[in-house]
Amino acid sequence: MQIYVCIKHVPDTAVNINVVGECGFDESVKFVMNPYDEYAVEEAIQIRKKAGGEVIIVSVGKEAATKTIRSALAVGADRGILVKTDTQFLDSSLTAQALTKVIEQDGSPDMIFTGKQSVDSEGMQIPYRLAAAFDMPVVSDVAALSMGDGNVTVEREIGSGSREVIEMTLPCVVGAIKGLNEPRYANMVGIMKAKKKKLDQIDIADLGLDINAAGTKLTELKPFPERGKGKILQGSPQEMAEELTQLLKNEAKVL
Amino acid sequence: MANIGVLIETSDNNEVKKTNFGVITAARGEGGNEIFGLLINGSGLTCKDAVQEYGIGKLVEISADGANLSSNPELQAKALAEAMKHFEINALFGLSSMQGKDILARTAAILNAPLTLDCVGVNLAEDTVTKFHFAGKTFATIKLTGECRICGIRPNAIEAKAGPCEAEVMSFQADVQDSGRMKVKELKKGASERVELTEADIIITGGRPIGSEENFKILHDCAEALGEAAVGASRMAVDSGFAPHDMQVGQTGKTVSPKLYIACGVSGAIQHFAGMKTSKVIVAINKDPDAPIFAKCDYGLVGDMFEVVPALTQALKSDN
Repeated sequence: MQIYVCIKHVPDTAVNINVVGECGFDESVKFVMNPYDEYAVEEAIQIRKKAGGEVIIVSVGKEAATKTIRSALAVGADRGILVKTDTQFLDSSLTAQALTKVIEQDGSPDMIFTGKQSVDSEGMQIPYRLAAAFDMPVVSDVAALSMGDGNVTVEREIGSGSREVIEMTLPCVVGAIKGLNEPRYANMVGIMKAKKKKLDQIDIADLGLDINAAGTKLTELKPFPERGKGKILQGSPQEMAEELTQLLKNEAKVL
Repeated sequence: MANIGVLIETSDNNEVKKTNFGVITAARGEGGNEIFGLLINGSGLTCKDAVQEYGIGKLVEISADGANLSSNPELQAKALAEAMKHFEINALFGLSSMQGKDILARTAAILNAPLTLDCVGVNLAEDTVTKFHFAGKTFATIKLTGECRICGIRPNAIEAKAGPCEAEVMSFQADVQDSGRMKVKELKKGASERVELTEADIIITGGRPIGSEENFKILHDCAEALGEAAVGASRMAVDSGFAPHDMQVGQTGKTVSPKLYIACGVSGAIQHFAGMKTSKVIVAINKDPDAPIFAKCDYGLVGDMFEVVPALTQALKSDN
């Protein structure tokens, strides 16, 4: 099995984002692997353990993304490829094209994993565009997966606690969510090994993509206004509950 | 005049979900365009009255000759893409719901069209949409270019405004073949009939102090007294095993913007706040008067949620 896992280097969800200029932000904050991608990496490693083969990490991002690729190599992925760009917010379609090109140049995927979305630009479409490019079936929001003979059965969350059980043939694309597995932590041995694993870098300009052909362009990024300190109610639980009910009805008018 | 499509989502009992009306309103914009309602495996006659009230002029029932669309999302998207070409629709809107975002993304990939999901605003004249980046931390404006664009709208984000017209019901038979490479085998219903978080008007959430899965009962009881409310959980509560993953609200869970959000025993971690700060009204119930959430809410109740929440349920019931 040749399994490709597409991951993104994103700001840690525990940090605040300070907007800089028209559509940038202060990138000196801590960056991590996109949380949903951790489940994608773990699932690929578990499948390789049973079926054999290779797990290849692919990312599109700035040079600093090598750190996140190394963290995937430290938990057991075999090697990595970074497509270098100079923006954190590349158009989703271009990102998918870049991923497609490098995967095509590298080998022939039996499975491609991604997280269901990035937690920064929240495009939510990379798995679908990869599937169309490789002419493979795709399911995203996958919370359970079991390998069959030439096929895979997945459970897709569809809201309200319900799931669809979907069978698809290999090769295929899977978008992972939390709950798919318990991602492992890297140990010292893994971290040391990762330093010696192969990590290729290629500039996006060398892939022959027209960067200016983006169908979507971020034109403005601004902080979402914070609300101030609210009204703190006083009294017994019953008194506060009754006052709140009246405030929600008559002042806030949301009931 | 342009032809604009709206993918109409129906509920299990074949009724038009009311969250569609805001999407139709957004697609209508300042007017002057032909608005097509697109139904996959739905009944035009059943849906006509509801959607024409908001300005759907043509309602298209999409089906496939010799293929069952309902058990194959890939086929649905192919049929939808064909219908768009047939009716010369160059902009498609839909709900960014669990179902909607899947079909819209599949369709965008087939048509190689630019796609923005989870939008909270649309400006047709300028070809821009607004949505959040980093959950609720920043607000982004995105310009779309290209011959065809697709846009998913967060449920309840855009207020529905009526714009009645008379809808013509049409049917379209797509010429799509089932490749047999994917099939929905089964629907596993959740344990109880929960209101979906991303589509709810009111949400009540429990943090780690809730202590157990059973204790969520006080939140479910209150949700019932609040009306059609959904129950959520903080990451701490989910990671402690008190609630399933799909109930998590936050930047690494579901990002929500209901009209009322009640956080119980939630301290207000940055990643949780990012997932709910765009709510219209935020109420915080917490034992700790110094909890960070009290600095960023509309109404704060300092007290033990195991006393305050049942009292609130009672107060809501006696008020009704």
